[in-house]
Amino acid sequence: MKLPLDSIWGTIISGLVLTVILYVFVVNFLSKGA
Amino acid sequence: MPDLVIDRWLHIMAGVAWIGLLYYFNFVQAPGVAAAKADGTAAGITKHIAPRALLWFRWAAVVTWLTGAYYLERSGIGILNALLLKAPHASIGIGAWLGTIMIFNVWVLIWPNQKKVLGIVPADDAVKAKAARVAFLASRTNTMLSIPMLFFMVTSAHPLPKFW
Repeated sequence: MKLPLDSIWGTIISGLVLTVILYVFVVNFLSKGA
Repeated sequence: MPDLVIDRWLHIMAGVAWIGLLYYFNFVQAPGVAAAKADGTAAGITKHIAPRALLWFRWAAVVTWLTGAYYLERSGIGILNALLLKAPHASIGIGAWLGTIMIFNVWVLIWPNQKKVLGIVPADDAVKAKAARVAFLASRTNTMLSIPMLFFMVTSAHPLPKFW
């Protein structure tokens, strides 16, 4: 099975998605820490 | 505290070297070696370029991590406070976690497996193929993690912007 990490664009898009997920996590659940 | 300024300067320089070489491996060398293998010219890259790039890569990672840890301690944030994501250090804490996972990948997954791939450590073809896959995925994982890591490092000096 081909993973997103097998392609450069899949890797970059995965990194951007992870950034958004972590951003939402920090802003909503650790807002005093942001 | 002038030591903090020098430490931060070294941290950024080493980080540029580390992540710059990571991007070189992923965006230039890996596709370049694949193309070179097709016409039988990969030997020069694997013999002369990759070992030197890996040397700078893995030690730049160490300097980056150590200068980052020094900064966290000397600035009053504290490594533990950052890693526990305690207020108001959640952003730098996320960056520190991602950087720590990345240096683990460098020294535990990428470097030991690249030694097999490059013939620095003896290995048969089946072991080399497996090692190449593990090193490749660890390197791609670090490329993926570098994107949020840099975001949280850069934004840690300011309150996170709210887009909605």
